Amino acid sequence: MAGADGDDSLYPIAVLIDELRNEDVQLRLNSIKKLSTIALALGVERTRTELLPFLTDTIYDEDEVLLALAEQLGNFTMLVGGPEFVHCLLPPLESLATVEETVVRDKAVESLRKISQEHSPVDLEVHFEPLVKRLASGDWFTSRTSACGLFSVCYPRVSSTVKAEIRQHFRTLCSDDTPMVRRAAASKLGEFAKVLELEYVKTDIIPLFTALASDEQDSVRLLAVEACVSIATLLPQEDLETLVMPTLRQAAEDKSWRVRYMVADKFSELQKAVGPEITKNDLVPAFQNLLKDCEAEVRAAAANKVKEFCENLPEDNREQIIMSHILPCVKELVSDTNQHVKSALASVIMGLSTILGKDNTIEHLLPLFLTQLKDECPEVRLNIISNLDCVNEVIGIRQLSQSLLPAIVELAEDAKWRVRLAIIEYMPLLAGQLGVEFFDEKLNTLCMAWLIDHVYAIREAATSNLTKLVEKFGAEWAQNTIVPKVLGMANDPNYLHRMTTLFCINALSEACGQEITTKQMLPVVLKMSNDQVANVRFNVAKSLQKIGPVLDSNALQTEVKPVLEKLSSDSDMDVKYFAQEAISVLALA
Amino acid sequence: MMGDRPSPPRAMSSAPTSSPSVDKVDGFSRKSVRKAKQKRSQSSSQFRSQGKPIELTPLPLLKDVPAPEQPELFLKKLQQCCTVFDFMDTLSDLKMKEYKRSTLNELVDYVTVSRGYLTEQAYPEVVKMVSHNIFRTLPPSDSNEFDPEEDEPTLEASWPHLQLVYEFFIRFLESQEFQPSIAKKYIDQKFVLQLLELFDSEDPRERDYLKTVLHRIYGKFLGLRAFIRKQINNIFLRFVYETEHFNGVAELLEILGSIINGFALPLKAEHKQFLVKVLIPLHTVRSLSLFHAQLAYCIVQFLEKDPTLTEPVIRGLLKFWPKTCSQKEVMFLGELEEILDVIEPTQFVKIQEPLFRQISRCVSSPHFQVAERALYYWNNEYIMSLIEENSSVILPIMFASLYRISKEHWNPAIVALVYNVLKAFMEMNSTLFDELTATYKSDRQREKKKEKEREELWKKLEDLELKRGLRSDGIIPT
Repeated sequence: MAGADGDDSLYPIAVLIDELRNEDVQLRLNSIKKLSTIALALGVERTRTELLPFLTDTIYDEDEVLLALAEQLGNFTMLVGGPEFVHCLLPPLESLATVEETVVRDKAVESLRKISQEHSPVDLEVHFEPLVKRLASGDWFTSRTSACGLFSVCYPRVSSTVKAEIRQHFRTLCSDDTPMVRRAAASKLGEFAKVLELEYVKTDIIPLFTALASDEQDSVRLLAVEACVSIATLLPQEDLETLVMPTLRQAAEDKSWRVRYMVADKFSELQKAVGPEITKNDLVPAFQNLLKDCEAEVRAAAANKVKEFCENLPEDNREQIIMSHILPCVKELVSDTNQHVKSALASVIMGLSTILGKDNTIEHLLPLFLTQLKDECPEVRLNIISNLDCVNEVIGIRQLSQSLLPAIVELAEDAKWRVRLAIIEYMPLLAGQLGVEFFDEKLNTLCMAWLIDHVYAIREAATSNLTKLVEKFGAEWAQNTIVPKVLGMANDPNYLHRMTTLFCINALSEACGQEITTKQMLPVVLKMSNDQVANVRFNVAKSLQKIGPVLDSNALQTEVKPVLEKLSSDSDMDVKYFAQEAISVLALA
Repeated sequence: MMGDRPSPPRAMSSAPTSSPSVDKVDGFSRKSVRKAKQKRSQSSSQFRSQGKPIELTPLPLLKDVPAPEQPELFLKKLQQCCTVFDFMDTLSDLKMKEYKRSTLNELVDYVTVSRGYLTEQAYPEVVKMVSHNIFRTLPPSDSNEFDPEEDEPTLEASWPHLQLVYEFFIRFLESQEFQPSIAKKYIDQKFVLQLLELFDSEDPRERDYLKTVLHRIYGKFLGLRAFIRKQINNIFLRFVYETEHFNGVAELLEILGSIINGFALPLKAEHKQFLVKVLIPLHTVRSLSLFHAQLAYCIVQFLEKDPTLTEPVIRGLLKFWPKTCSQKEVMFLGELEEILDVIEPTQFVKIQEPLFRQISRCVSSPHFQVAERALYYWNNEYIMSLIEENSSVILPIMFASLYRISKEHWNPAIVALVYNVLKAFMEMNSTLFDELTATYKSDRQREKKKEKEREELWKKLEDLELKRGLRSDGIIPT
């Protein structure tokens, strides 16, 4: 075939370019997404000399098309002839890095970062670095914003003169008069610090960090907090106190709650970065303040970090710090006015028991767990219950079971079905920890009640819950406790409940085994094939298909087959369909 | 053929329905129903902990002291009013809150009627008092998914004082004795920046006062004008490209509307850039409906100033035309009609082709409100006259959609409107109309053929890719 070797004449560029120019955006988008195919058809030479110039010149399109283009160009190195020619991709990406739409710009920067690695050191200085400089001194804020993300990828591989220039550009952008650019610079500050020589971290980055951390806009200041983590990791311990801590202390008490929130949110990282000594002297009081902050947002973010913070405290006096400094704040949070704060705390508080050990847990934490188990907000109770395993390891769940039960019952009947759904999901876990006796006595009724919930999602979850319980407690338990109840529902006047019987059988047959399935379940299913509701009948067909593999061939031939045959001539077309499907899957034809 | 069926019954007659339990409420109801109508209020984020009670020493009324002593007393009262109270605690400092309220009231009256009170020393004290009271970190919004169209706004708890402070400040700015040349030392860029941040307040009453304040400042401080415009720019750009959240966009646009009105001709490059790079992208924001009227007003103001901007504006709107949100599409069509109302025929010709390609898509929208809004253009006499003048260009663009819709649209009202439009076209240019009707079928066939060719082309290209991919693992020899 003539085209086997990529006969270029078969695919004149005009036709391909026509595709890229099509009036219909969707078609343009499709062609751009297959740009690599077009390039492949053209060959590397023509891709470089014809396709790329075309793309560079015609960059005015819908953002969606530009986004696809920016992404494609990041993977284009081989298509223009390998690393030797990779710089050909720079012009279109440069234009894309200046467009307004953030996602397009970000994607262009991502692609530029990617292909920067494919440049030789010489090309980096000859082609890439000048592009960064042009962007950094662009008129409109978009190009300067993009430049911020490119400094760190070229810095390590250029000569020291160029390095000095790059540092200078970064400095300039950190004090740009548009806040958008300062935000971009602040968000790349940590990343840039990491590639700088330590002396420049001290002489260049620290002043920038200090300046950005006291910017007039809180949206800039809060980004400096993020950079603080990387910068603190880079500096030797003895410099932290003078270079970083003044700024960090100031951030923890910033007048804007957004900044304080960021500090709370990054607390574990900050703690690791500054080390145990500073943690003890500075961060413990700061953390106490955040836990008592006037804004609920900040308190919730800090409450989320309680466990991690305590875990990472230096072991020598961890217990003492927790008991005398952190626990008093935690006690207050248990009765906070804001439910998000309480629920954030409830999601981590149980973790403290492993850190504090049995005696402290019983004396100090248990009362808090019990209070939270009675909280008015279901999410708080739920978070406690979902973390029971931590306590179980330390003091055993028995200590809690008295309070646990009312909490579980209340959640099981909560008006919001999502809450009910969440508690169902913890049932297998609870059953395992509380034991079969407790379960039969107290929780079994709940599990069965969910099967007739008025929300389908709950009935469905209740069904799969039963399977998990049977896996835990065994077939015999199933036969005695749940199978009779499930089968009893087959006579319910509500067809939805009758269908639930079928769904349960589908889920349970395998776990219960051939004996129970054949003797107890199958007769019920077969009987339901006469149901007056078509939905029930076609679910009978589906159930038979599902439990067929568990049955022996005798039962299949003598009992299942006749029923399916009858259903396959049902008046309802769906019943017919599923009956026929079952017959063919079970090979009964 | 068919997948699993959802559980609701089809055989309704035979299925006994379970009675839905009434007391159980699930999370699907509309927000407005779910949330009991409660007045939420918020306070600034500045009260970190309750301190001791505040004591202010009561001062005599201004009118009770001799005139020469009044300026001195005025200053003292301003200083007292710098004290800020915690209004979330409704029980604390009740007496002192009342005292401050009456003092503020007195100050409002005083700046309105008195003469000779504005000494040079008063300026810094006034600005200080205003700053202490109004500048604060706004608290977090009550929920992330605050929906300004559905949810009640959160009201500022300290409004009883705040309102009077704003009132006082406006009277001060409007006072005959007010001298910008002295005030500019205190009402500076930093002051304006903080003022602009307050526009994010959730309390509409506060935003309304801010609007007046900013307008006065823009009017009286020529040196701050460029700065104010630039900062509004930044707020909008951040709103469009970063956060999509800012409560005061409509208010800022309202101020801009009157600012644009006052621009001198020819327009500076800075102003044109603002139009194309800030106002047009504002159309992309999800919450457009909250400020669309003000935005459209600004756009039309620009076009009335300088008609040559029509082309970039319409191209911009076409670029950001909503793809999935029909409500926004209706808003765009409304704005476009406002623009067409003032368009010059020479400008219209420049933009008619892409414009009517979009209108033709709108007319055939399955959402009848979109189709209807677009078809209403044909009721607009001025637009009709423009279409008539250029029917030889517009009719071929519109014809296929109209013809198809007249046969296929599900909504009879739309079909009726389309018939009218077709009739109008027929009367305008019957020769062309007949021609298009005659070639409709063959045109469609040609389109289908083109479609097929395209598919074949791509198939060939893919085969090629496969072959080459297999041969050299993606690396292409030349």
